[in-house]
Amino acid sequence: MTNSWTDIKNTDLVIIMGGNAAEAHPCGFKWVTEAKAQRGAKLIVVDPRFTRSAAVADFYAPIRQGTDIAFLLGVIRYCIENDKVQHDYMRAFTNAPYLVKEGFSYQDGLFSGYDEAKRDYDRSSWEYELGPDGYVQVDETLQHPRSVYQLLKKHVAAYTPEMVERICGTPKDKYLAICKMISECSARDKTMTSMYALGWTQHSKGAQNIRTMAMVQLLLGNIGVRGGGMNALRGHSNIQGLTDIGLMSDLIPGYLAIPKDREVDFSTYMSTRGFKPLRPNQMSYWQNYRKFMVSFLKSMWGPAATAENDFAYQWLPKLDVAGYDMLRTFDLMHQGKVNGYFCQGFNPLLSAPNRGKITASLSKLKFLVVMDPLQTETSRFWKDEGVHNDVKPESIQTEVFELPTTCFAEDEGSLVSSSRWLQWHWPGQEPPGEAKTDAWIMAQLHMRLRELYRKEGGAFPDPIVNLHWPYRDPQDPQPDEVAKELNGYVVSTVTDPADPNKVLLEKGKQVESFGLLRDDGSTACGCWIYTGSWTERGNMMARRDTSDPGNTGAYSNWAFSWPANRRILYNRASADLDGKPWDPKRKLIEWNGTAWTGYDVPDIAPTAKPRDVGPFIMNPEGSARLFSRGLMRDGPFPAHYEPFESPVVNVLAPKIRGNPAARIFKDDLAALGTSDKFPYAATSYRLTEHFHFWTKHVWVNAVLQPEFFVEISEQLAAEKNIQKGGWVKVSSNRGTVYAKAVVTKRIKPLICDGKTIHVVGIPLHWGFTGAARKGFGPNSLTPFVGDANTDTPEFKAFLVNVEPSNGPAVS
Amino acid sequence: MLKELSRRQFLAGGGAGLAGSAIAALGFGGPEEALAQAVRPFKLAQTTETRNTCPYCSVACGVIMYSLGDKSKNAHPAIIHIEGDPDHPTNRGTLCPKGSALLDFVHSETRTKFPQYRGPGQREFKQIGWGEALDRIARLMKDDRDKNFVATNQDGVTVNRWLTTGFLAASATTNETAFLTYKVVRSTGILAFDNQARV
Repeated sequence: MTNSWTDIKNTDLVIIMGGNAAEAHPCGFKWVTEAKAQRGAKLIVVDPRFTRSAAVADFYAPIRQGTDIAFLLGVIRYCIENDKVQHDYMRAFTNAPYLVKEGFSYQDGLFSGYDEAKRDYDRSSWEYELGPDGYVQVDETLQHPRSVYQLLKKHVAAYTPEMVERICGTPKDKYLAICKMISECSARDKTMTSMYALGWTQHSKGAQNIRTMAMVQLLLGNIGVRGGGMNALRGHSNIQGLTDIGLMSDLIPGYLAIPKDREVDFSTYMSTRGFKPLRPNQMSYWQNYRKFMVSFLKSMWGPAATAENDFAYQWLPKLDVAGYDMLRTFDLMHQGKVNGYFCQGFNPLLSAPNRGKITASLSKLKFLVVMDPLQTETSRFWKDEGVHNDVKPESIQTEVFELPTTCFAEDEGSLVSSSRWLQWHWPGQEPPGEAKTDAWIMAQLHMRLRELYRKEGGAFPDPIVNLHWPYRDPQDPQPDEVAKELNGYVVSTVTDPADPNKVLLEKGKQVESFGLLRDDGSTACGCWIYTGSWTERGNMMARRDTSDPGNTGAYSNWAFSWPANRRILYNRASADLDGKPWDPKRKLIEWNGTAWTGYDVPDIAPTAKPRDVGPFIMNPEGSARLFSRGLMRDGPFPAHYEPFESPVVNVLAPKIRGNPAARIFKDDLAALGTSDKFPYAATSYRLTEHFHFWTKHVWVNAVLQPEFFVEISEQLAAEKNIQKGGWVKVSSNRGTVYAKAVVTKRIKPLICDGKTIHVVGIPLHWGFTGAARKGFGPNSLTPFVGDANTDTPEFKAFLVNVEPSNGPAVS
Repeated sequence: MLKELSRRQFLAGGGAGLAGSAIAALGFGGPEEALAQAVRPFKLAQTTETRNTCPYCSVACGVIMYSLGDKSKNAHPAIIHIEGDPDHPTNRGTLCPKGSALLDFVHSETRTKFPQYRGPGQREFKQIGWGEALDRIARLMKDDRDKNFVATNQDGVTVNRWLTTGFLAASATTNETAFLTYKVVRSTGILAFDNQARV
């Protein structure tokens, strides 16, 4: 989230699209209720299903899944057309006036530079025009045909309300009512907040779904302000933290990057990370990249990381592809190229797409290690469970280890909420049986590997035998020790160059803020954005002060919010060009003539003068991007693409299937289905009574929602002669599941381009372990393709057929 | 007067059987005191309270766990009740249908309790010791790494990667566990490293 759960109370309009907060995040949704009750805020819900969020909305409109970009580009068109733009904000705080190079174009669904064979773009034409001074050329009047503003206007022209209705199935009158409500938030004293989750991410253009709404918010002046922002509700309790700490193929903690093959040494790696400002006076905060990187390397390899060996840069693995994400790894496994696999609290047999392929892939492993507090399906993928897991154990040669771990109630440490709050928690009981913490298991594996490499030698032991392991008990590192390491500490005393008696940083002390980190090896820091979380003042994440000066919802002394305990990102943009709040009633920070002061930690240098320095300090432009240059693989503007499996062709670019820049492996392309055999538009979702595949192990929740079902409309039920509560067989080109039919008014057929589209809803909480009845999940059906930028699987839009059935055959 | 009595003190008073006199001290008498005397000691008053956050979604509601046991050396705490933390700014004491049932998650019958091993072609798991399991896993890792480690690519560039073993990290472990995991996994050169941010 750019803002926080408790900030939602400050809004005037909530739009829930790509999520279902009332059902999936009920105790966060209370802040929507609060805004409605206290401020008279309105709630809009746009969803293929009439969800529990829709049930309490002021306005609901249906949409066909996978068409959100068309919907939102139409909103942008409406706002520009009707002059509902926060002009001062857009002109000063976004790249709307910037000029784009000649040669950039968009035609028939493709941007300039497309290579069909590679399914990729040469993105060199998606750039600004630079002047002789090295800065971007700007036209403050916004009239230049190559200004971002004019290019955007041209780009969204096709998305008329009529076109939106053809693509999305949203009736024009409802669509226009929503456009009007949204556009009114362009007023300086009105804000809208966007709440979204997997309903936007799990598409082959998920990142662009989110980007389109971010553009709407920028045009309305709603980023950086109280009650505004882009608010990712997020799924698991620490998925924000795991991502911050970079547990992904291509990441280093704090959103730094794992080197690529072409970055042969540290100076080459740093050469593209100068982050030279693109406009005069800009902070371009990533100019500090080297400090964060060197401090990270010091935390990894301690004394073995020296200036002479480039701080052990070469000990990091280098990537020869964009990343070995989960989909690529399973594809390699399927080809027999992966021997060992670890699943730490992760159940891919139910959460990765095309379950048939996942089972076949796991069966090719030599060994699988599962660490989990619950008995997962993945650790039993080899087990014959009849129709619910139809395999022959004798033919599966994989060695499987199931290691019992603690759950939250037995573990200590911090988790990051979607509000970016790092909150500390304590254990209340001992682990059951012989269960151990994941930290202990990882330490044990490391100690054993280190010992084996010391004794036997082997392939490149250096990064293993030199891994910095400064813990009181090396066999069992404790949370406080690692938390201090993440915050960062001083490795060697630093004195003032002008006065050697003046100590700037004292060896052994915790670093107070990331501004003090250094690139000479004198500081170590696991994750720079967490600096400030455990300082010499103690554990800031354990703070429990509920005071809230000004009643802003910031709660600045409750826990710690990254970065720098800032509660609302980009908060400089809450004030106008001269530093006065756009809306005095919603003051966040303001310029007092010499410094920025207010309720939140300013997201800018405290003495950076207004009109000099732009509010988006991480960008070399100092402004936010309506045109994202070459930073996204599938386009500098979002464009409508159909899901890879769609009931209709792309009316704007009929030749294009799916997202033209999304990666799809050959076998998976061949496994896509078409609407002649699989006519219905399916989507996956979650229920309020369940959390993924965990709560089927919980007696109460297993009783509340005991059994797998699918939801279909009354019209489809009548057409196919399906009875309420009767069995149905649901199949895609990759698999078949059996479910009870819930026939409901909550789903209604949509009319898209004159064609009736039936939507099928498939919840995902059942498997073959736990207390609930055995069942299936949508991943038996879904396609093995992901988002062009993140490789998030397209779980929200795929094709199925539905037929009445007698249920699964009982053997 | 009643306002100044903290919730904790009030519960403790009730639990120790002092409710009657405490209420009398507050100026109540007669029927109120008789009623208070008839109330059973409140079990939660004898428990240890521990602050935690709900392990499910990222709203990260504050919870209070109530454990039997007084934290003395040989007392093994066991959680008997979990409820929302009324001080927490986000959830203010409320919990959803999942969070309300957390006690059954902690004590679920299908929690893992012992390391188990399934050999090639076998139909069932069998229990094994931690030492044996970890020794075997470390051996499998090292053998695979030694055999398949890529020190340089075809252009002779140092790449130091290990692609034949992968690691899917969790989504509900702590930051501290995550960073230890990061260090251990990256030090081996693993690139097939991912988490649940996408699913």
